[in-house]
Order: sequence, then C-alpha cells, then structure tokens
Amino acid sequence: METLFNQGSNLAGAVDRAFIFIFAISFIFTIGITVLMIYILIHFSRKKNKNPQQFSHNTRLEVIWTVVPLIIVLVMFYYGWVGFAPMRQVPKDAMPITVIGKMWTWDFDYGNGKISKELVVPYNRNVKLNLVSVDVNHSLFIPAFRVKEDVIPGYNNYLWFKPIMKGTFDIYCSEYCGLAHSAMLAKAVVVDSLDFDKWLADLQVTGNLPDHPGLVVMQANTCLTCHTLDGTKVIGPTFKGLYGRKTTVVTESGEKEVEANDDYIIRSIEDPNSEVVKGYNRGLMQPYKDKISQEDLQKIVDYFKTNAAK
Amino acid sequence: MTNTVTKEPLNYLNHETGLWSWLTSTDHKRIGLLYMYSITVFFCVAAILGLLMRIEKMAPGQTIMTAQTYNGMFTIHGIIMIFIVVIPGLAAVFGNIFLPIMIGAKDVAFPKLNLFSWYLFMTGAMLGLYSQFANGHSPDTGWTFYVPYSAEASSNVVVALTAAFVLGFASILTGLNFIVTIHRMRAPGMTWFRMPLFPWSLYATAWIQLLATPIVGITLLMVIAERTLHIGFFDPSLGGDPVLYQHLFWIYSHPAVYVMILPAMGVVTEIFPTFSQKPVFGYVPIVFSSMAIALVGYFVWGHHMFTSGMSYESRWFFSFLTFLVAIPSAIKVFNWLSTMYGGSVDLKPPLLFAISFIFLFTIGGFTGLALGSLATNIQLHNTEFVVAHFHYIIFGGMGFAFFAAIHYWFPKIYGRMYSFKWANISWGFLFVGFNLLYFPLFIVGIQGMPRRYFDYDPKFQLGEALSTIGAFILIIGLIGMITNLIYHSRRGAIAPANPWHGVTLEWQIPSPPPHENFDEIPVITHEPYRFDHPHTN
Repeated sequence: METLFNQGSNLAGAVDRAFIFIFAISFIFTIGITVLMIYILIHFSRKKNKNPQQFSHNTRLEVIWTVVPLIIVLVMFYYGWVGFAPMRQVPKDAMPITVIGKMWTWDFDYGNGKISKELVVPYNRNVKLNLVSVDVNHSLFIPAFRVKEDVIPGYNNYLWFKPIMKGTFDIYCSEYCGLAHSAMLAKAVVVDSLDFDKWLADLQVTGNLPDHPGLVVMQANTCLTCHTLDGTKVIGPTFKGLYGRKTTVVTESGEKEVEANDDYIIRSIEDPNSEVVKGYNRGLMQPYKDKISQEDLQKIVDYFKTNAAK
Repeated sequence: MTNTVTKEPLNYLNHETGLWSWLTSTDHKRIGLLYMYSITVFFCVAAILGLLMRIEKMAPGQTIMTAQTYNGMFTIHGIIMIFIVVIPGLAAVFGNIFLPIMIGAKDVAFPKLNLFSWYLFMTGAMLGLYSQFANGHSPDTGWTFYVPYSAEASSNVVVALTAAFVLGFASILTGLNFIVTIHRMRAPGMTWFRMPLFPWSLYATAWIQLLATPIVGITLLMVIAERTLHIGFFDPSLGGDPVLYQHLFWIYSHPAVYVMILPAMGVVTEIFPTFSQKPVFGYVPIVFSSMAIALVGYFVWGHHMFTSGMSYESRWFFSFLTFLVAIPSAIKVFNWLSTMYGGSVDLKPPLLFAISFIFLFTIGGFTGLALGSLATNIQLHNTEFVVAHFHYIIFGGMGFAFFAAIHYWFPKIYGRMYSFKWANISWGFLFVGFNLLYFPLFIVGIQGMPRRYFDYDPKFQLGEALSTIGAFILIIGLIGMITNLIYHSRRGAIAPANPWHGVTLEWQIPSPPPHENFDEIPVITHEPYRFDHPHTN
C-alpha cells in the first residue's frame, strides 16, 4: 500500500535526510525572521518610539550574518551531494531494463522482445533503467523511490535503484511532452525475486497485452491515450461498446445522428474533425488519412466488431 | 504657455495633454507610466488565465476546459508574465520614473532611445501574443519552448522567439540607457557611494540586461538556421542536441530572474529607511551584494537542468554555486531587519507590502535551497514544488515589491493619496490569498505531483482545491487594490510633496514633479540616508 512518504528504494533515506536538514533550518530561520519582524513592528512602532536611533553599521554583526549562513549552506550542499552521489554510481550487478518513452506511454523492455506496460522489479535487487525516447523529451519519475531522470532523444540517460519495499508505486512523466502529458503514467510493481522470475518467464515475447491485430495498430498510434476501452471519458469518446452505437455528431452544417458502422469508424480516423461527437472538442485529433494503411484500418474495424459486446 | 489658466501648477502630467502628447513624449516619467499602464493590462490578462487554470484543477479530470486548452493557457500565462510583466516590470516603470530624479538628473541619457524602447516593447509584446494565435491554434510548448517538442509542435516557436528577441532588445536598450545615465548624469557631489540604493540595484540589473539578453538572439538565429537550412543544432533527427537548447535558454533566462528581483530588493531598500526614519543599515554591503548577485547569477543556470543528463561534475558544481548565490540575498534580509530595528516604525501600506515581501521572499529563498541541493532536487524537479517556489520569488518577491513601490511613490506620481483603509484591506486579501494559493503546492510537490499536469491523482486533491480557493481570494485583493489606486489617482486627497518624510531627492521636489524635475540641479553634500529626526520631541 502506498502512503505519501514511502521510502521505497535504497536511495530514499539519504534524500530524506537532506530534506529534513534543509527544511528544519529553513523553518527555524523563517520563524525567527518573522518573529523578529513582528517584534520590531510592535516595539519600535512610531507611537512608542518617537526618537529613531541613527546607527547604520555593526561590523561584528555583519561578519556573523555572512559567515554563519555560509557555513549552513555549505552543510546543505554537502547533504545534497552525499545523497545524490550514489545515484550516479550504478552497481555492476544491476539488472538492466530499457525504458522507452513515447507520447504518451511508457514501455519497459526486459530484452529478448519481452516488453511490459508495467515496471515489474524484484525486491532487494539492483535495477538499472536505461532511458530512451523515440520522440520528444520525457522524464521518468518514481516519487516513492526518489528517482527522476530526463528521457531525451539521442541521450543515453540512466538511473538505478534497489527497491526495499514491496508494493505498487506510481510512475509519472515529469517533463512536459504535449497533449496527454498528465496521462503518461505507469506503475512500478515490486515483487519477490521468485515471483519476478516467474512473471518474466510468462511475459509474452510481443508484450503482455491483448494482441488483437486491431488493438496493436491502435497502440502503435497511441489512440488509447485519448480513447479508453473501459468506458472512462478522457480526451476523446471511449471505445467501449462503440460498434453499432448511435451518437450525435457536430458537423460544419449542424448536428446529426450517426451509427458507428465500418464507414463511420474509418471516416472518424481519416478525417476526425468533419464530424465531432457532441460534447468533445474539434481540432484535438490529427487526421490519420494515409498514415494508417487501409489494411490496418480494417483490422481496427474488425477489433470493434468482435468486441462490440464488451 | 503662460496664458493658460489652470488651477494646478504645471507638472509633467498637465503641461501637455492629449493622447498624442503621451505617445510622442520623451519625458522619462511619462514613458514610465506608459510602461505601467501597458504592463498592468497584460498582468490582468495573464492573472485571469491563471485563475482559469486553478478552476480547472479544483478537481481531478476535466472540469472547465480540455487538456489542449489548459496546455495552451499555461504557455500564454508564462510568456506574458515572464517576458512582458516581470522582466521589464520594476526597472521599466519605477526605474524610468525615479532613476533620473533620484540621482538629480533632468532625464535619462538618451530620451528618444527610451521612447523607442517602449515601442520595441509593445512590438515584442504584440508579436508574443500573435505567436500564441497564429496558424489557427495556440501552441502548447510552455514558456520554455523546449526542443524537440517545440520544433515539432508548430512553426510558431520562431515567432515566439522573435518576440522574446524584440522584447530583449527593449530590455538591452533600457539597460544601456540606465548605465550611461548613472555613469554620466549624477548631480554634482553625488559620488558612487552617495547614490541611493534603488539606483544601485538598477545599475546591477542593467549590466545583466546588457550582457545576458543577447544570448536569446543567438538562440533565435540557431533555431531559424535549423528550421530553414536544416543545420542540426538542437533537433536530434538532424543530429542536434536537445540539451544544448536548454543550456542556451537558461543562460539567459536564469539571469533574467535577477533582472526582476534586484530592482525589487532596491525598492524595499528605499522603503525601510523612510518608514523607520533611520539610515539604511549596511549601505556598502547592500551595494556589493547586488553586484555579487548580478555576477554569480550568470553561473548558476545549470540548476534548472539537474535531471537532464548533464555530467556528474557539472551537477555538483552548479549546485555549489547555487548555494553561494544565496548568501548575498540572506545578507540583504538581515540588513533590512536591522534598518527597522531601533527606528520609529510607521506601518503604512508601503511598509506593509515591504515586510510581506521579506516574509514571502524568505520562504521563496529557503525553498530554493531545497531545489539547489542535488539529492532533494531529484525529488522536487518539475513538480508543483517548483511552481510554488518561483511564484513565491516572482510574485511574492517582485510582485509584492511592485505593490510596495506603487503605494510608496503613488503620491509623488499623481500628487494625490489613495485610501489607506482600502489599501490595508486589499493587502489582507492579497497576503492570505497568496499563501493559500501557493503554499499547498509545496506539499503536493514534495509528494510527487508533477507540474504542467492537466489531470492528477485524487490523492493530491486537497492541496489543489485549497490552492484554487486561495486564487479567488487573491483576485479579490487585486481588484480591491487596483480599484483603490485608479479611483484615487484622480479623486484622492491632494498629497503633500513629502508625505512619508523621505530624504532621497524625489521627495524634495513638488508632487507631481515638474516637467524637467528640478528647477535647479541639486548639489549633493552627504550620503543619501541622513534623517534629521523629524519626530524628535
């Protein structure tokens, strides 16, 4: 179970020590400055103090308030450094997993064609994530593990950790990457070593996802970021129960009712903005004409037909 | 001239009238007001966009706008606020109006260039807005225009960078003008260390404007070369380096942070002595800390990129320098408190805003240390903690200093006084609203809530909803403050020439100032903050 401040990895302890040190000092100074300010406002108010003193220097005081903060920030720097340095020293035995970021989904490649949509990792074993982007900048962020590194095209960025807590943890994209940036999510699942080995052995070579050819086409074109299969309303209408559904669409000349048949589905993919389902916005989806082959379009239609009851 | 019958004595506001006389005026005070009115309009637009974004984030999922609209909105909000409001803000408005007066000059060194800068500024601002609506859809790159996304998103990035370039030129020319003015036009007897501290802060700022801004121009030329000649600078598909873009962007945009905060520090450094009737504590250290901030501020840009894949060595080195730049700011806070200590402190609206500045800037500064520290940065980078931090610095710092400045100099600018009661009430809404709006974002940021998220996990909802309530309270305060000021600029009670018993030169001339500031150029015989105990019994 995830609480808000889990220390899910070996790196979290040192990060949190730096947090506690910096925030404690900050808290003390902020309170101190505020209390002093209020004291001055009351004690030296014009009503009480009509004779302002005229001093403007105090060398000893000025040296103190230069040197003491300098020492404090150097200690802060030190805590930050020792918490960070291990993040760049990957143990040699770390298990490599390639993370592929693309708008707006994560793939976790375990090698030999085994690709998962979830980052499943074995408890208490070192894991190295090699970060690859196929389009724009992303950033892999697992708050519970205190790790984050940008995923940049052409760069071989990496991060590593050793999970020390079993459970399921959130993965976010934390570098803005366009329309569905906030939907570019995944889960990190920490399981026992034996369970992990079994899971990896069972992971199908083409990935562990349902493999209707139509669905594969849609995944390749990131359709499912905006259209869900489970009835949830996100950016576009859900695909659940699509085939044969009667919907009201808005065209240039007004509203009309259509039935989602073969023609309609292909039309909505190739020229999505000519008929927009009522309640959704025009212009968010790019036309896929000539970007998806006629053969693939048929696969998609076939998928909706066979899954119409779902 | 003399046959004009007028009740009021001639001053810069009434010696000529009509829109044309304003649009062609080379008077530094009128140009300052042109900046103030245009910046206020842009600020209100961007603030409303901010409120709409907060309403959207009241609850997870879509509430009032689509993801595309939200992404476009935070882009426009950022571009307007950063490039059009806060970077020119204090220097162009109060720097223009008061720099020449405070150093005993009749105008800036190049008055026509000064007016030209305002036209450049307006051109850049219009181009910036145009870039948001050109090609039929508003771009959604964020104000940082990171490639490759910005390169693929639309061609508007060239227009947007051109806007930043033109705005940058306005900034460079203003900086150049101020540097020459300060070097050449100080009144007789005003040595460097007899110059008040607001002009000193403008001097430090002007050097940053002059030296850092050209980087934007270079970046623009590289982007154009990439897009038209297909020379790969930034785009990986042409063999370019996306991180190089981030370096170039922050080499300008980090010093730009100091362009806005240094004049803010300068403003409150004028307010504390006046309302304490006591000399500034540590005049020379304040001067040198301003120059130190300007200098070290050039070398800390890498702290925006700790997770970008920079080398290990550059990460710890940039972190180290970032901690060093905290020291001059800390020194200033202690100096301000010591200036008030032992004084005769009068809590009028300008001082109320100035002490709020200290409080908010302190929180902004300390949370900046958590971001500058490598280990904690890894957790906080690109979360809403960063959003909260820079709003505490930019809005709590520069914004509240701007509010302090307008309440301080208002009677000088318009010759009239606003209502203290309404100023205090508006301050209450602004201060409470501000903290409620931004403080919860620190908490959700530490918990991992990334920034620029249209939708979010329900576990963050409490903080997000509190923040939205804060936004409404803040807007009420803004409306109250602006109404109070606009209404009383024409109908307020006539203000005396020196309502706060200030000792710098602007308080020694009539309110509003005459067209050429001084009938006779003053001769300066002592340091700037010498009070003659006006309240001594």
